Amino acid sequence: MTFEQILFYAFAAILVFAAGMVITVRNAVHAALFMVLAFFTSAALWLLLEAEFLAITLVLVYVGAVMVLFLFVVMMLDLNTAPMREGFARYLPVGIVVALLVIAVMAMAVGQRHFGLEQMPVPVPHGADYSNTRELGLLLYTTYVYPFEIAAVILLVAIVAAIALTLRQRGGTKTQNIAEQVAVRRDDRVRLVQMDAEQRK
Amino acid sequence: MNFVMPDFMPALPEMFLLGMVCFILLLDLFLSERSRVVTYLLAQSTLLGALLLTVSLYEEGRALTFSDTFVHDPMGSVLKVFIYLATFLVFLYAKDYLRARNMFKGEFYVLGLFGVLGMNVLVSAHSLLTIYLGLELLSLSMYAMVALQRDSVQASEAAMKYFVLGAMASAMLLYGMSMLYGITGSLDLGQINTSTAAMDNNSMLLAFALVFIVIGVAFKLGAVPFHMWLPDVYHGAPTAVTLYLSSAPKLAAFAMMMRLLVDGLGGLQEQWEGMLILLTVLSLAAGNIIAIAQTNLKRMLAYSAISHVGFLLLGVLSGTQAGYAAAMFYAIVYVIMGLGGFGMIVLMSRAGFEADSIEDFKGLNERSPWFALMMLILMFSMAGVPPFLGFWSKLAVIQAALGADLVWLVAVAVVFSVIGAFYYLRVVKVMYFDKADVGAPTVSAGFDLRVVLSANSLAVLGLGLFPGSLLALCVAALA
Repeated sequence: MTFEQILFYAFAAILVFAAGMVITVRNAVHAALFMVLAFFTSAALWLLLEAEFLAITLVLVYVGAVMVLFLFVVMMLDLNTAPMREGFARYLPVGIVVALLVIAVMAMAVGQRHFGLEQMPVPVPHGADYSNTRELGLLLYTTYVYPFEIAAVILLVAIVAAIALTLRQRGGTKTQNIAEQVAVRRDDRVRLVQMDAEQRK
Repeated sequence: MNFVMPDFMPALPEMFLLGMVCFILLLDLFLSERSRVVTYLLAQSTLLGALLLTVSLYEEGRALTFSDTFVHDPMGSVLKVFIYLATFLVFLYAKDYLRARNMFKGEFYVLGLFGVLGMNVLVSAHSLLTIYLGLELLSLSMYAMVALQRDSVQASEAAMKYFVLGAMASAMLLYGMSMLYGITGSLDLGQINTSTAAMDNNSMLLAFALVFIVIGVAFKLGAVPFHMWLPDVYHGAPTAVTLYLSSAPKLAAFAMMMRLLVDGLGGLQEQWEGMLILLTVLSLAAGNIIAIAQTNLKRMLAYSAISHVGFLLLGVLSGTQAGYAAAMFYAIVYVIMGLGGFGMIVLMSRAGFEADSIEDFKGLNERSPWFALMMLILMFSMAGVPPFLGFWSKLAVIQAALGADLVWLVAVAVVFSVIGAFYYLRVVKVMYFDKADVGAPTVSAGFDLRVVLSANSLAVLGLGLFPGSLLALCVAALA
């Protein structure tokens, strides 16, 4: 076993463990933290595949931004998990049968026989001066420019939808009015009062 | 790396749409509540502009551009034209409904137009990547539109169900696509077709990928057993949004099936034929039988949509050019009838009253004989009574299936469509033979809605008397 293989199996084992914990732990915050671990280990797997740019983006975007935001949301919510567990035992046998069936079929389809080294030989490793980011950029802005633009439009729709669903003008909220705050003058806030000095007792 | 500048001309309607949506999105911010009608008018003229551009490009013939991720062909052009027309009618029907419910906002039109853009992308997709992205663009807009009425518990529940199940179906589709990419090493539908055709037809790996792709497509079409979301979403969403969901996206889903199964996996026709037969029989049975038990008209029409999907699949699974043309004809006819059906619910409703139960149509003949007649035309057409349009579409797919020697399947389809006639005719009976409740409202909708809805229903009759031209258009588009 080469060093690379040991690394792969180690990271893969942690990834599967973390992914399992995400859906089994009771505490939602712990689940989110295990999700972070899963992202980190899959980033490591991508590094082994020479996909450095994707690995770094995964850590920066998912771990750095999405999961932190997610943690905030989870901490804000008062989650009552009891109703969610209702019927767990009732659906468990069906769930297990379906899961085993899917796993069996997947194991038959995805494996050595169809995707082994004979069908998919190891690609030639690139030199140290090979820039993954540059190659991705070249492809994204030329061959895949049309899908790239559609992805941008999807993000725009997500923004429009999120604002349409959450922005609500209500009376009585204590929102800041930035323009009013900037335009404030001293006279609006400070009142100078002329008082006589008090006698010392 | 050799890169040639893509030809932008075939994608002109899409670019026009995108530019206009962004313009409307920005302009809407500066409009006061009273001049909101400008957004509506701009949205409608955008659809008409895109329609003109698409029609002017129709003669161009088949062309690939954007590194073969985009295809321009007659089938795409015809479907796009009907997508614009259907959305135009949806916006027109929905205007007063939205006004009465304080939903007359720019977002409805912006999201609706983004959905149209997604449908266009889907219709013209020639790569797994563009199919998936177009589908997501469409679905995301639709999820948001269903949830737009935030104070309604029903709408929120429907949106949540739709979102969760839709995301799962997308994941299934994506898994199938990733398998397909693993097998063929390409995202391009043309290359996938050539490499799968060269492979062993009984390859378990291909079947594995195919199952996931068929599940994804069946979910988006709403075929049984992947239909669970459809009645709840149609029922829970505001009727204006149901109108949108039930019309143009059906054409896009049909196009997605054609692109994936025929353009991409045409070589596996023997394998997907069996899967589609199963979906067809289940859809026809479940759709028609469960619809009988419904008291809510929106729910009934949702189950009717499921049974219509069964007929649509009947055309596709026959695997011939005639069959595909018949299925396309069926999809277009269904959209015309569905628009009329849900349009009638919008017409009857007013602020605080949804008119979505069959009871609400009691004695419509006494109150408004003209619209009772229009509804009669629509119901007869959906049931497949000659000489209405629905009859010819059913006839076309049945002929196609007979051409593929699927006699037993045709018998099943005919039996279930006779069973289905019951619930359509029940609506007619309620309108003509039941007494109206005291104080039942009369039709008070706006002039434009009444005229266009009448034209919509009369088109079902008129095109039914002369079905040749529409069918010929579909045959020519697929030739």
